Amino acid sequence: MELKETFKPIVKVNSVSKKYGRTIALQDAEMEFPEGELTALIGPNGSGKSTLLKILVGLTYADSGNAEVLGLEPGIQLKDKVAFLPEIDHFYKWMKIEQIIDFHRSQFSNFNYDKAVELTGEMNLKTDSKITSLSKGMRGRLKLVLTLARDVALYIMDEPLSGLDPQSKGYILEILNSEFAVGGKSVILSTHEVIESEKFYDYVIMLENGQVRLQGYADALRDEHNLSIQDLTREVFA
Amino acid sequence: MAINYDTTRPIYEQIIDYILKKLASGEFSAGSKLPSQREMAKVLSVNPNTVQRAYREMEIKDLVETRRGLGTFVTESEDKIEEIRVEMAEELVENFIEEARALGFTEKEIEKMLAEKFKEFEGGNTDGA
Repeated sequence: MELKETFKPIVKVNSVSKKYGRTIALQDAEMEFPEGELTALIGPNGSGKSTLLKILVGLTYADSGNAEVLGLEPGIQLKDKVAFLPEIDHFYKWMKIEQIIDFHRSQFSNFNYDKAVELTGEMNLKTDSKITSLSKGMRGRLKLVLTLARDVALYIMDEPLSGLDPQSKGYILEILNSEFAVGGKSVILSTHEVIESEKFYDYVIMLENGQVRLQGYADALRDEHNLSIQDLTREVFA
Repeated sequence: MAINYDTTRPIYEQIIDYILKKLASGEFSAGSKLPSQREMAKVLSVNPNTVQRAYREMEIKDLVETRRGLGTFVTESEDKIEEIRVEMAEELVENFIEEARALGFTEKEIEKMLAEKFKEFEGGNTDGA
């Protein structure tokens, strides 16, 4: 069986290294993310996933090496081109969902207000709910709403599924899947486990100790190793 | 959902198997339009790119045809579909014989068992479905 792919990178990471004090976060990390696909950046905690994503969106800098995102250097010039979902909750606690949506509309030129309201409903959230009344799973869903409501070419999401209840994970995967048109948007999503999400990924990159251990199309890797991505992850990180 | 995925096998191959079964059974008839890639992705809860890959592979094998702006259609060729139907049945029979042999049954015994099973089916449900 042959799986021919035309690989067009939307993000290139060229030999990027980054240290926090004496701790190595990334070491000569070298990878490319395909355009128009949903890529999972898989790695255990502390493997460098968050650091890498932060470098891509310009929230931190590489010590050496460089990254190209949509052909540009990471920084403010990507603000209207890339939507980033941070791992931490970045909401003002006193706001209601509708106020957060308004706030995001005021911050981003390409924020689609109607889309945000529609997705809020699809995620089974109410616009008049207060942030303080939301469970962790609901806040996770809200983060996805705010990210996907932006009309951009590239979505970068840091652990959007981590620590959420199965129902919220289900909602998020379903919406990601239906929002994600063929050959259209590109998504990069970091995760430390793939058990529920494995069949949604096109491409996977496995990161450990700041270096790429394995990368490729999910179906090609399954075919080559006769393993699920989940099992392959266990083997690679064993 | 509609497919019980075996995640150790390429998912697009399993989508192809699923569609071929529907072609062979006549649920998707010759010349009919397949669900769009997005619809199919939703129904099968997989990534639309994976469905696209499956459709592309089937196109290479002339099982389906994509018409620009109109969608993807099952081949018009009844012969081609019949070929798939026979291929699938042959594979089932081959697997069955192999496994029965592995259990130590002879050709005669297998034939006898088959004949008895057919009788049993005829007692209730003639089409065996």
